[in-house]
Amino acid sequence: MAIIERPSSEVATPAVVAPSQALGAIRRPVASKGWRSWLFTVDHKKIGIMYGVVAMVFFIVGGVEALLIRLQLALPDGRILSADQYNQMFTMHATTMIFLFAMPMAGAFANYFLPLQIGARDVAFPRLNALSLWLLVGGGLILNASWFLGGAADGGWFMYAPNSGPVFSPSNGVDFWVLGLQIAGIASLIGSINLIVTVLNMRAPGMTLMKMPVFTWMILVVQFLLVFSLPVITVALVLLMFQRSYGATFFDVSQGADPLLWQHLFWIFGHPEVYVLILPGFGIISEVLPTFSRKPLFGYPFVVFSGASIGLVGFGVWAHHMFAAGLGPVSVAVFSISTMAIAIPTGVKIFNWLLTMWGGKIWYTTAMKFAIGLVVLFTIGGLSGVTHSVAPSDTQQTDTYYIVAHFHYVLFGGMVFGLFSGFYYWWPKVFGKLLNEKLGSWNFWFMVIGMNLTFGPMHILGLQGQPRRMYVWTEARAGEGLFNFGFWNMVSSIGSFVLAVGILFFLINVVITARNGKQAPADPWDARTLEWLATSPPKEHNFDRIPVVHHLDEFFHRKYEEDPNTHTMRQIATGEELIRAEEAAADSDIHLPGPSYWPLVLAIGIGVLGLGVVYGTPVMVVGAAVVLLASFGWVLEPSVPEAIDYASPDGDGHSKEIATHG
Amino acid sequence: MAETATHTDHAADHGHHSSTGLSNNKLAMWLFLGSECLLFGGLISTYMLYRGRVQNGPHPSQIYDIPFTSVSSFVLLMSSLTMVLAVTSAQRDDDARTNLWLTITALLGATFIGGQVYEFTTFYREGLGFTTSLFSSSFYSLTGFHGVHVSVGVIMLLSTMGIIKRNKITGNKAEVVELVGLYWHFVDIVWIIIFTLIYLIPS
Repeated sequence: MAIIERPSSEVATPAVVAPSQALGAIRRPVASKGWRSWLFTVDHKKIGIMYGVVAMVFFIVGGVEALLIRLQLALPDGRILSADQYNQMFTMHATTMIFLFAMPMAGAFANYFLPLQIGARDVAFPRLNALSLWLLVGGGLILNASWFLGGAADGGWFMYAPNSGPVFSPSNGVDFWVLGLQIAGIASLIGSINLIVTVLNMRAPGMTLMKMPVFTWMILVVQFLLVFSLPVITVALVLLMFQRSYGATFFDVSQGADPLLWQHLFWIFGHPEVYVLILPGFGIISEVLPTFSRKPLFGYPFVVFSGASIGLVGFGVWAHHMFAAGLGPVSVAVFSISTMAIAIPTGVKIFNWLLTMWGGKIWYTTAMKFAIGLVVLFTIGGLSGVTHSVAPSDTQQTDTYYIVAHFHYVLFGGMVFGLFSGFYYWWPKVFGKLLNEKLGSWNFWFMVIGMNLTFGPMHILGLQGQPRRMYVWTEARAGEGLFNFGFWNMVSSIGSFVLAVGILFFLINVVITARNGKQAPADPWDARTLEWLATSPPKEHNFDRIPVVHHLDEFFHRKYEEDPNTHTMRQIATGEELIRAEEAAADSDIHLPGPSYWPLVLAIGIGVLGLGVVYGTPVMVVGAAVVLLASFGWVLEPSVPEAIDYASPDGDGHSKEIATHG
Repeated sequence: MAETATHTDHAADHGHHSSTGLSNNKLAMWLFLGSECLLFGGLISTYMLYRGRVQNGPHPSQIYDIPFTSVSSFVLLMSSLTMVLAVTSAQRDDDARTNLWLTITALLGATFIGGQVYEFTTFYREGLGFTTSLFSSSFYSLTGFHGVHVSVGVIMLLSTMGIIKRNKITGNKAEVVELVGLYWHFVDIVWIIIFTLIYLIPS
């Protein structure tokens, strides 16, 4: 744990103590303002915000790719994209949205709010946290650099071998894809270990597992899924890399290889990944729904355990992606049943949310609207998901637009709506300003309508037989009548632009709020969990005093007390008063981790090392050298900033900031 | 001396904050090793699927030298014993012995790697290149991955020793040695499984 102690005043004799150095030469970066304070930070809040910015950039990139796809398919004989460009477009759209938007955006929320929700001052390994971020950025850059270096990957997001082998995918696109994902995978693995340790080890006194906020619980489940699924896709990626770059034949059927090997390895990762994407959304709305229904979450333990069992069963359903591959009746039956079974805990959650709202005093803020949107849209997507578990029906639907409709309902309607709910709910916490509710309403309704217009017709298209991933359709094969392929494709394309306008409203809202937004009250939503006990935005050290937890929804129980006569809750304090009380009782010595160069340097080293697979051994050697150097710098850097790293306390002895060095 | 003082506080802080009683570092190492199980699981599955698929080149039963590999496996297993001795010395705060046992562990590990290099060279001379057959690719991938893990372990052992010698260690010394030890034992245990599956069970 790199939580460090500010040296007490008797040790602070800056003239004598040497600055903290690693490798005997380089000073620890200590800027607390300007770009350096972001680049070398290990503060989980700054890292969380950077995750969010990176994810948002990739959301826009992936969104533009989606719009190009819809433009191509709007009319018969589309000419916007060539077949080859179209393949690259849908591959990169999916890869970007999943690995570079959804996971990092969930990571942004997790990084920012998880320590706050459990009453900690940072994550367990702040430097590793920074490393995760920079590796993700590196992986994302390598993935997208392929656009400019001879074409992007074009094998679909699950990159089935042997199609992704050197014979059928000769461009370097797949190589960059393989490398980018391996690096992003290392980032996720490090991040997940870090967050698990944080949750398991660093909870505030009194916060037992069953007093943790549901968001924290869902993030915990997600991190376990990542820890055990990422290594499997790493194996698949490494084997593919060996085949493409070093002449092995793992997926070469002419050499006797089994084409199902890739599919199994990929989906053993790929299906848990689906829950990695959706569970953070579930977690967010499990915070939002109770807050805006003015009721505790209905059946907290059921929500928690159903989330955990979704995670567990999620490891046993992967082959339902392969029903069309000819696995044999026994496998198909087993995976059919396990897939149906996973609908049960999911259904439990949905009923818990409904019953949370039932009888509540519902406050229709934008955050609440998005949360309700998730419940409705995810249920639709979940139901079409159950139809896939029926293998005979699935063999009909495989590789049609019906599948595309299904996963966009669960991922866009589920995950993205959850994330947007989180934006509106937590924006005042992170930035101290409330997002505009009126624009929020426009944002919500455009997104709901756009999303249903875009993905709803895809059910029909799919059942009419429009194959997934076809780059063009012709009038002759569009079918007859008004409601043919042409009609529904047009509706879908129009819908995608409505959706884009909805997201534009969000971006406008962000800009307007940043410029003229009013200061948000300390507790704008009458919230329930510990993160609201910190100021908005939280101080660098989060809590002035580490809270002692007695209840689930601790913050709520500090504000309200049950009246013994009427059995109703009456307010005994406002959030504002509680925060002031914490400030008054602040700890005098606060432990904070010190910033470091090494996460960034190590991430660059790993990136260069990866590029060596494409650009040859010399590049690899340079990368390896940087990795080795950075590792030693990392290990030798005292996790504790020394006295000289701090400003002289100017007499009061309570300075909590790391000084800027001249 | 200021440094030592803060380190003690740091160590004390561990016990204070940890909800599970395990230190953060140890918990993280266990999680990492759990993840590694799946990594080797994937590679072992690939090998088991492909070990009989030999279109070119020698068949597994034609080239494996079980007595030789048994000896190098024994060397690797013995390194686990010396690792345990290093950890107990570190816990008794006996730097000289810790460094001695760490060096011996590293030497045993290096001997194993030397054996693997020799084995790979011999196989290559007998016509088993990396790309010869599905069997050879999956064999070299699995054992190569393990070899890289052992090599990283050797580097970690030697670095730990050097850092202890120069008294530059950041954090709890006994725990650092124990963490390296956890990794080292894991690599050994994986080898027992690999050795059994690859060499002892005929395909």
